[in-house]
Amino acid sequence: MITVRPHAPTASHVPGLARRHATDRAMTVLLAVAVLVTIAVLAWVLVYVAAQGLKYLGPGFFTSTPPGNPATVGGGYANGIIGSLIIVGIATVISVPIGIAAAVAVTEYGGRLAAVTGFLTDVLVGVPTIVIGAFIWVIWVDRFGFSALAASAALAIVMLPLVIRASAEMLRLVPDVLREASAALGVTRARTIISVVLPTALSGLITGVMLAVARAMGETAPVLLTTLNDQFVQVNPAKPMTTLSLQIFTDAITGFRAAQARAWAGALTLIGIVLIFAIGARLVSRRASSIT
Amino acid sequence: MASRSSSSGAGAVQPAGIRLHGTRRLGDRVFRGGVSAAAALVVILLAAIAVFLIGQGWPALRHYGVFSFLASDRWAPSDATAASTHPNPYGILQFIYGTALTSVIGMLIALPVAVAAGLFITQYAPAWLRRPLSYLVDLLAAVPSVVYGFWGIFALIPALHPVVNFLIPTLGGIPGIGVVFAGPFFGVSYFAAGVVLAIMVLPIVTAICREVFATAPADEKEAALALGMTRWEMIRLAVLRRSRSGIIGAAILGLGRAIGETIAVTMVIGNSVLSITKSIFGQGATLSSVIANEFTEAVEPYHFQSLFVVAAWLLVIAVVVNIAGRFVTRQTRGGLV
Repeated sequence: MITVRPHAPTASHVPGLARRHATDRAMTVLLAVAVLVTIAVLAWVLVYVAAQGLKYLGPGFFTSTPPGNPATVGGGYANGIIGSLIIVGIATVISVPIGIAAAVAVTEYGGRLAAVTGFLTDVLVGVPTIVIGAFIWVIWVDRFGFSALAASAALAIVMLPLVIRASAEMLRLVPDVLREASAALGVTRARTIISVVLPTALSGLITGVMLAVARAMGETAPVLLTTLNDQFVQVNPAKPMTTLSLQIFTDAITGFRAAQARAWAGALTLIGIVLIFAIGARLVSRRASSIT
Repeated sequence: MASRSSSSGAGAVQPAGIRLHGTRRLGDRVFRGGVSAAAALVVILLAAIAVFLIGQGWPALRHYGVFSFLASDRWAPSDATAASTHPNPYGILQFIYGTALTSVIGMLIALPVAVAAGLFITQYAPAWLRRPLSYLVDLLAAVPSVVYGFWGIFALIPALHPVVNFLIPTLGGIPGIGVVFAGPFFGVSYFAAGVVLAIMVLPIVTAICREVFATAPADEKEAALALGMTRWEMIRLAVLRRSRSGIIGAAILGLGRAIGETIAVTMVIGNSVLSITKSIFGQGATLSSVIANEFTEAVEPYHFQSLFVVAAWLLVIAVVVNIAGRFVTRQTRGGLV
């Protein structure tokens, strides 16, 4: 080793080593570039929407409704924001209890129904949301007309498999010793699930629900087929009620600059709402993981 | 059940504990019945979706014939009359073509980036950077479809113009396949839809790839490094080789997601429904975009019912692709995602 000079080419000892190191370095750079490009695209989308949205966004945007003529400057999306919250709220109330109950059936009881449901939940996740909107049109809108409730039903079906899948994953993480300890105390299966298993998994369940809510907030296609773009604030769920996403879609494709300005502000608002739920979900799950 | 517990309650000798046990068993059964009903609802829902879509499309299917929709690539509602049954004015081949083409363009762009990003995050990034990087990539999935479409029209398409204007003379001159890259390019196109889809499926495919790569056993990776391999050689041998089916599964699941995407695609594809446009820089439509575009204004005979035929085919294709993806990924990962 003493005879080796500092600048001796080590490559001469191992054939092809220089080429192998060059390949290694090139691949490292290439993979890093892929991550950087991905993050750059994210930044491009967020910064562009923020820049366009902030041109118009102001306090009045949250408190006023759009003008009757889309070409007119001014107005806001108060009706869409209220509509989104009500419609997604109802969808959450419908889908969460059913979803968690189905997850309990899948993870706690097992059997053939559980296996079939587990598989079909994955299938339902893959059903295009516009197809779900068309389905609700047939069974609901065709008879009772367009309404916020119909949109809620469609979004509930969009959320249901997401809630089941996330909940089932969380219930599987609950250690079996807790169930066994409860059973050893003579507690029934149902009581064990309600008082021991579900509370233990609570923060995980909340995370799953929040992610499903974030997803439903952004959905446009099922809403397009089940409710109408109403211009006024509507709080009666039996009536058609617009959503933020539907307003953005309609105004974005009008060709009127004033409408597009409102749509950009709406897009920024929508991203803001979705990110609050997505980041909130992350914080809930992090707090939970630091406790257990 | 109820009669048995009341009869046991009539015998006064029985201690209270036993009776309590009986009602508790009843509560247990009710609870189990309830959660089973919720689970059964998923099964019923899926069946109902299929039945009602086909049911609504049935008049059109009966009028024109079940397979006549697949025999034409011309969707011309204004040609339709209540009486004539041939030729079917509601051909849907161009929509199937559009759905397949945009999804494949999306996956061709997204898959290499997703695999590379997944490898970097799991194998190269220092431990403290893994979570933030994963989280940033996941955030791409939080941006709503309608925002991607809006951004696509005003930010992405102007940026694509110089790229495509370079590609058209470069690739368009190749004999045989040149027609696929022919101009003119007006912005809204299959290609623009494909690029938007690539961005939308990227976080999903990356997340699955990350999970697949993370399961590579540490001892094999360490053994490879101990033999003097470079990091990239170790990855090829100990990580990529065993991840092949996982990557294929991720690609299929991404494809399934791209097939069902509606609003963003509707906004940037141009919605040309009259025939198959051969060039990827031309305008077209997909199964989902034609439903979103024409649903509220379908007034011609059998127009509305034919949209449900489109929806039924979309359902079939999406479900088949998703099931295929699940099966491939389940083999490698025990069905976690």
